[in-house]
Amino acid sequence: MEKITTHTGIGVPLRQSDIDTDQIIPAVYLKRITRTGFDDALFARWRKDPEFVLNQESFSQGSVLVAGPDFGTGSSREHAVWALKDYGFRAVLSSRFGDIFRGNSGKQGLVAAQVDQGDIELIWKELDNHPGTTVTVDLESRTVSCGSLVAPFEIDDYTRWRLMEGLDDIGLTLQQEPDITAYEQTRPSWKPKTLPAKYS
Amino acid sequence: MSEQERSTAPTTPKTLAEKVWDAHVVREGGGEGSARRPDLIYIDLHLIHEVTSPQAFEGLRLAGRPLRRPDLTIATEDHNTPTLEIHKPIADPTSRTQIETLRANCAEYGVRLHSLGDQEQGIVHVVGPQLGLTQPGVTVVCGDSHTSTHGAFGALAFGIGTSEVEHVMATQTLSLKPFKTMAINVEGTLRTGVTSKDIILAVIAKIGTGGGQGYVLEYRGSAIRALSMEARMTICNMSIEAGARAGMVAPDQTTFDYLEGRPHAPEGEDWDAAVDYWKTLRTDEDARFDAEVNVNADELEPFVTWGTNPGQGVSLSESVPAPEDFQDENARAACERALTYMDLSAGTPMKDIRVDTVFLGSCTNSRMEDLRSAANIINGRQKDPEIRMIVVPGSARVRLEAEAEGLDRIFKDFGAEWRFAGCSMCLGMNPDQLAEGERCASTSNRNFEGRQGKGGRTHLVSPLVAAATAIRGTLSSPSDLEPADGATVSAA
Ligand code: SF4
Repeated sequence: MEKITTHTGIGVPLRQSDIDTDQIIPAVYLKRITRTGFDDALFARWRKDPEFVLNQESFSQGSVLVAGPDFGTGSSREHAVWALKDYGFRAVLSSRFGDIFRGNSGKQGLVAAQVDQGDIELIWKELDNHPGTTVTVDLESRTVSCGSLVAPFEIDDYTRWRLMEGLDDIGLTLQQEPDITAYEQTRPSWKPKTLPAKYS
Repeated sequence: MSEQERSTAPTTPKTLAEKVWDAHVVREGGGEGSARRPDLIYIDLHLIHEVTSPQAFEGLRLAGRPLRRPDLTIATEDHNTPTLEIHKPIADPTSRTQIETLRANCAEYGVRLHSLGDQEQGIVHVVGPQLGLTQPGVTVVCGDSHTSTHGAFGALAFGIGTSEVEHVMATQTLSLKPFKTMAINVEGTLRTGVTSKDIILAVIAKIGTGGGQGYVLEYRGSAIRALSMEARMTICNMSIEAGARAGMVAPDQTTFDYLEGRPHAPEGEDWDAAVDYWKTLRTDEDARFDAEVNVNADELEPFVTWGTNPGQGVSLSESVPAPEDFQDENARAACERALTYMDLSAGTPMKDIRVDTVFLGSCTNSRMEDLRSAANIINGRQKDPEIRMIVVPGSARVRLEAEAEGLDRIFKDFGAEWRFAGCSMCLGMNPDQLAEGERCASTSNRNFEGRQGKGGRTHLVSPLVAAATAIRGTLSSPSDLEPADGATVSAA
C-alpha cells in the first residue's frame, strides 16, 4: 500500500445520504476475476444519468468524494472500495460510515474521513460555487481544507498510522516475518506438504 | 517450544480446539476481554479453487509479493466445471474465464493444480482428505465455507474471505481472535438406515442456523466414535450451516487407519512421531466448553428438510409444519415464506412429497461410502420412471474407484446418470441446475432459495433417503421399500 500523509484533489459533491455498497457497485460486477478495473462499475446505475455529478466535466477527474451521512452501508463487498480507488478516489468524506466499509477502506488505502455534517455542507457549497476546487485531506493534522475552510476530521489512531506508514494487513503481518520464520523452524518434519506431489 | 512440547506441557486443561489453536500461535495478541487483540496463527494447508482466488492472486501481483509457501498450497477446479463432456471447452464464458485464470495463476505462482480431466481433480474438500493432506492437528483454510469438512480429522479448518486468502498466500498466517467452543455430545447407537447426515440435520434443527455462531463445534460421544471418517466428514461439513466457524472430531484409530498409506501421509519414523502427537489431540477430562448440546442417537430417524434453510427440517415420518407451530415470530414468518417458496401445505406428510430429481453428490455426500450405500439400496430395484437421478462423485478418484467396484453399472442400470466429478448441482454455477419449480431430493448441504438453480426447490437428505426416494418417487427411507429381487453389493 502507498503511504499517504496528505492528499489534494478535486472535490466531488455527492449530496445524498445512505449510499449503500449496492449503489457504489451493483452485484452484477462481482462475477469478475480481477481486483482492479472496476472504475466503470462505480455508481454504475447513476452514471447512466447525464446529470450525475461524475458525468460533469468539472468533477469527472475528482479524487475526494464529499458524501452525505451513512456512506458505505449494506453488503460487505470489498469491491466498493476497489471501485472507488480504481476510479481515482483517494479519500471519502462523510459524517458517518458503514462499519465494514470503513474497515475495508483502511485495508485498501482509501482515507475514510469523518467530518461534521455542518462542515460537509460548507464544502458542498464551495464546490458548487466553484466547480473544480480542490480539497486537501491531511492525515498529519487530521484536517480537511477547501477554499478558506479548514475543518477537523476523525479517523481512528490505528488506521491513521497504517495509512501514513503505507501498511496494509499483509504489510503489518510481514513486519512479524522473523516470528513466522522462527515458527516454521519448529514445525515437525511430518507435517503435510503439497509439493512434491505424491500420487497413489 | 515445539508443538509436541506445547501440547503435553502440564497446563490448564484444554479442549481439542484450544490445543490445536495454541500449537499454531506465531505471536500472541494479548489483552483481555473486548481489548483482546488477535493472535497471529500459522496455517498448515491452504486449499484453493477458481471462484475465490482470482482477486487474491491479483492482489499479490499488484503488491509484487511472492506466495510464501507453494508447498503448503494446493488448487483444484470444482465449482464451475461441467460434469458432462469435460474434454470440451467450458461453454459459459464467465465460468471458462475463472478456470483459465486459476490455471494461469497457479502456473505463475508454482501452485499445484488438479485440473478438469486430472485423476486428482474434484471438490476441494474431497481432494484434501483423499490425498492424505488433511491430518489431525493441522490448520486448514480455504476461500469456501465448507472447509469445516476437514475438522473430521481433528484439524482446525475454516472458510475465509478473499482478503484473507491473499493474506495467507503472502504470509501463511491469519490474524484471528480465538473462537468459543461448543460440545455436541451424541451418545447412543444409530438405528439401521440412520446416518451421520441425519445427525447433523437434527443438530442444526435443534440449535438453529445461528446457534453455532462464533463457536468451534466438537462432536463427541459414542455415536460419533462409531462413525467412519467419511461419515465424520459429512457431519463436520455442515457445521457451517449451524453458523459455526468450524467443526471437529478428535482423532482416533479410525482416523489413523484412514490416513495410513495415503499419498501425503507421514511414513516410517515420521508416521510414528505423528501418531504419538495425534494421540494427544483430545479434549482434556476437566476442560470446559463454553456451551454444550446433547443429542440421543438412539432416537434419531432419517431427517429431511421441508424449508429453505438447513435448520428447517423434521424426521421423515413427520409432516410439514405450520407457521403456528413456531413460538418465535421470526421463525413463524420464515416458515410461511418457506412454505410458499417450496409450494408445500402445512400438515402434508413428508413421505407424500413427490420429487422430480434426485441429486447424489456434493462435498457433504459424494465419497465412496455414500455411493456404496446408495448403490446397495438401488441394486436390483426399479427407479420411479418419472424421476431424474444424477450421481456425481466428489472427485475423479472416487469416480475411478467406484467404477472399479462396478458401482457405475449399478447406477446406470437403475437409470441414473453417472457424471464426472465436481460441485455440480450443489450450486447454480455450472450447467447442472434445477429448472424453475423443480423439486429435488439432494444430498448436498444448502436448501436456500435458488441455490440449485433459480426457482428450484431443495430437500436435504442422506444418500440412503436419496436412493429410496429415487425408487418410490416420494421422499422415502430404505425401510419403506419392498425387498429387492437382485443381489446386494457386497462392499459395506
Ligand atoms: S460441493 Fe457445494 S458446498 Fe461443497 S464446495 Fe462445492 S459448491 Fe461448495
